[in-house]
Amino acid sequence: MVTAVAEDDALWAAVADPTRRRVLDALLERGEATTTILAEGLPVTRQAVAKHLAVLNRVGLVAGQRRGREVRYAVRPERLDDASEAMARVAAQWDRRLARIKRLAESVQAEAESISNPTRRVQ
Amino acid sequence: MAADSVEREILIEASPEVVWGVITEPEQISRWFSDEAEVEGRAGVDGTLTWKPGGRGGDKELDSIVPIRVVVAEPFRRFSFRWNHPQGAGPDESNSALVEFSLTEEADRTRLRVLESGIDAVTHDDEGKARYLQEHEHGWEKHLGEMLDYVASKPRVAAR
Repeated sequence: MVTAVAEDDALWAAVADPTRRRVLDALLERGEATTTILAEGLPVTRQAVAKHLAVLNRVGLVAGQRRGREVRYAVRPERLDDASEAMARVAAQWDRRLARIKRLAESVQAEAESISNPTRRVQ
Repeated sequence: MAADSVEREILIEASPEVVWGVITEPEQISRWFSDEAEVEGRAGVDGTLTWKPGGRGGDKELDSIVPIRVVVAEPFRRFSFRWNHPQGAGPDESNSALVEFSLTEEADRTRLRVLESGIDAVTHDDEGKARYLQEHEHGWEKHLGEMLDYVASKPRVAAR
């Protein structure tokens, strides 16, 4: 099951990479392009470009369309959303991280208490 | 609070010692933050956070490696780090964001606050934006924001 949290993390991981951002840049400039065309303008192999496109495709940032023997990729601008949401995203991300920290810490605490009751503190 | 900062907090049913362990130990960091973490809870330590969109044990070529430097590590009370500076460069206010955790004991619980500031440290002007696009090798959410700005400034040739 893909949760909203996992999906957002995946989106994040997808754009955190400089090569993938360059792939996005190149696609935005050209409108659409094949893996081969993209590889010509980037200092990476065609195979690497294909892998990066697969990551971007998985999170919905790009979409491929088959034209005969080749697949042409384009950015899906709707996925990029409104720039003004960036800070809200950062806040939401920290909320999720804090929620995970809380879960982890509380399970560590509960475990420690069940082992060495009544001592509350663990090392 | 500056426009490019975010502050959040949460109340945790655990001691500050336990919470401290979760936010500073690499094996714990990889459970709430990045997929892998190489860092120590000690001031001045440089490390890396790694995101693996290819999955653990997946293709390393797809990894996003983000530099991190611990600034303050005051056990059970304060932990801060700078991150997202260019690889190999020392982090400062101009090229990185600062994340500050503070832990406060409340009865038997811990209030954990996080403040991230300098989120658009490298994107405040066109020159900074251009520099960022050329030089910044690794990024994260702020880079997503940066990318969104960048995309918004471009003709929507891809929109169909």
